[in-house]
Amino acid sequence: MEWLIQILNSVQYGLLLFLVASGLTLIFGIMGVINLAHGSFYMIGAYLAFTLSSLTGSLWIAIPLGIVLAAALGLALEWAFISRLYRRDHLYQVLLTFGLILIFEELRSIIVGDDVHSVAIPAALAASLPLTETLSYPVYRLFISAVCLALAGLMYVTIQKTRFGMMIRAAASNPEMATSLGLDIRWIHALVFAAGVALAAFAGMIAAPVSSVFPGMGNQVLIVCFVIVVIGGIGSLKGALIAALLIGFADTFGKVLLPDYASIAVYLLMAVVLLFRPLGLFGRA
Amino acid sequence: MTDRRQFIQQAGLLASAAAIGGLTPSIARAQNAKIRVGMMLPYTGTYAALGTAITQGFNLAVEENGGMLGGRAIEFFTVDDESEPSKATDNANKLVQRDKVDVLVGTVHSGVVMAMVKVARDNSTLLIIPNAGANAATGGQCAPNIFRTSFSNWQPAHPMGKVMYDKGHRKVVTLTWKYGAGEESIESFKEAFTKAGGSITKEMYLPFPNVEFQPFITEIASLKPDAVFVFFAGGGAVKFTKDYAAAGLKDKIPLYGSGFLTDGTLEAQGASAQGLLTTLHYGDGIENPKNKLFRYNYGKKYGIQADVYAVQGYDAALLLHGGLNAVKGSFGDKKALYGALEKVKIDSPRGPWTMSKAHNPIQDIYLRRVEGNANQVIGVAWKALEDPARGCKMSAA
Repeated sequence: MEWLIQILNSVQYGLLLFLVASGLTLIFGIMGVINLAHGSFYMIGAYLAFTLSSLTGSLWIAIPLGIVLAAALGLALEWAFISRLYRRDHLYQVLLTFGLILIFEELRSIIVGDDVHSVAIPAALAASLPLTETLSYPVYRLFISAVCLALAGLMYVTIQKTRFGMMIRAAASNPEMATSLGLDIRWIHALVFAAGVALAAFAGMIAAPVSSVFPGMGNQVLIVCFVIVVIGGIGSLKGALIAALLIGFADTFGKVLLPDYASIAVYLLMAVVLLFRPLGLFGRA
Repeated sequence: MTDRRQFIQQAGLLASAAAIGGLTPSIARAQNAKIRVGMMLPYTGTYAALGTAITQGFNLAVEENGGMLGGRAIEFFTVDDESEPSKATDNANKLVQRDKVDVLVGTVHSGVVMAMVKVARDNSTLLIIPNAGANAATGGQCAPNIFRTSFSNWQPAHPMGKVMYDKGHRKVVTLTWKYGAGEESIESFKEAFTKAGGSITKEMYLPFPNVEFQPFITEIASLKPDAVFVFFAGGGAVKFTKDYAAAGLKDKIPLYGSGFLTDGTLEAQGASAQGLLTTLHYGDGIENPKNKLFRYNYGKKYGIQADVYAVQGYDAALLLHGGLNAVKGSFGDKKALYGALEKVKIDSPRGPWTMSKAHNPIQDIYLRRVEGNANQVIGVAWKALEDPARGCKMSAA
């Protein structure tokens, strides 16, 4: 029974990681932008959930409001900064987005302070399911997993089956050709960046009740997000999903079976994958 | 600018002294100069709130002494250490070598403090540590010029071993982050608990500052120990108590911790922390006149409740005041000053305490229970606990 629950833990953690990493792989794969500030957007989402749910009294109102605000922030950042870097070297993108991390951390400190906060789990999902005589599983965690799966499906359908998805794919694989066929690449880039920011913020908002809200939380997820993008193959959503689940398993079972080496389990997995598939599981040259 | 102002002040003093009756000896004049105090604390980053509380506590003590310590006025030199160990040596050197401070006060982060210990040892500068608990600072790296007014990591966790055994727990699982403070706390708890006759079923660690606790909570539920002892602080502490309660374990397998588990985080922890027992050298509702007065004055001046960090900063200033008083405010005879600092009896809001041979507080550790938003003191878990100061060999200054 314990092992079944550990598998559940792995899947649940992996799905949440996918939700955070999906925005990163979109921005990286379609726009070619290395966005170090992705963790900050996750952090901003969590703080939005905290602030808006205490203002409005409900997480269900806070989440849609927060998504709109995060997408608006994404559009503004893309227009003001990111759009100037498409033709530049990756190093400029790294510098700029690193600067954004510092700015967002300081702003957070000034506006909300350095205390730890928590967001209440909505009453409808606050129950726990008894699994064994001692252990119960919070329903909210299962809800997060369901939302992540639904979102993964929605993203797949949008990108693979809709006209807008076709435009995004065209813009990603050959921007010049897409432009000469009449697509407004700049507008597509702006939308994709905003969607990436909104995804990260949404992950932060929905995770806030279980992760709690604290300084530096964004930097913690940033590294593991990059590991997921690299293992999955840059720009591949399917790759990101599988990589996130693999990481969920490596992290959970690493902690249980090899506690002394738990901190390297995730990186060991990355090294092994890259050894056999240098472009990641679903990466294309 | 300061230099010119100082020069004018000193010139004025000199002139008036000459007018009254000839030049005073140069030593006396040096004692009229301000004490140069270097505050090296985190004012930004995760520990900013702690650095601020320590500074406010220190300033309150200075103010209560009429703006002076040991009869001398003070000039502050302040550095934000950002809790960044890689910048620690440079920051400490700035204060010691550029600003020529008489005394260095800091800091919160154990990694940063060990760099300060090295600088203080190399330059024979007086160092007062108002928080960081690294055992080595008053253990293997102890020195005549290094004093601590807070705790060693060994101290707060140790009494819990006895408390939990007395509560009837025999098999205990421990969990913490794999880093200095966590490992030192667990080690100390284990020492006391096994000595009392209990046994540790499993020691579990996770990488710092990872907060994905679910695998461990699942394992605890299947191991079914009598109780669990953890060391966590800040965001990790909040997430752990919430995850533990959400898994339904809180009422089945009692959770205990060193006091940092519930300090400064109770509002965020909410119901998940209610009733938890922890041990620390401070708490809410300590009944002594000093504490009442301190909390009143602190609240009036800064508009927030005093916490354990404020107390530690306050005591750092009291220590310096007491030591300097005994040697007439002079930094001239270091040996006399350090000797005096060793003998100061601190009348602290946490209760009176004295310095150990290794320069760490010999203090009462309280047993506290979380009630609402307070860590209510319900008794003394260990009277006058002294850190064993392993590896400490005091050499001459």
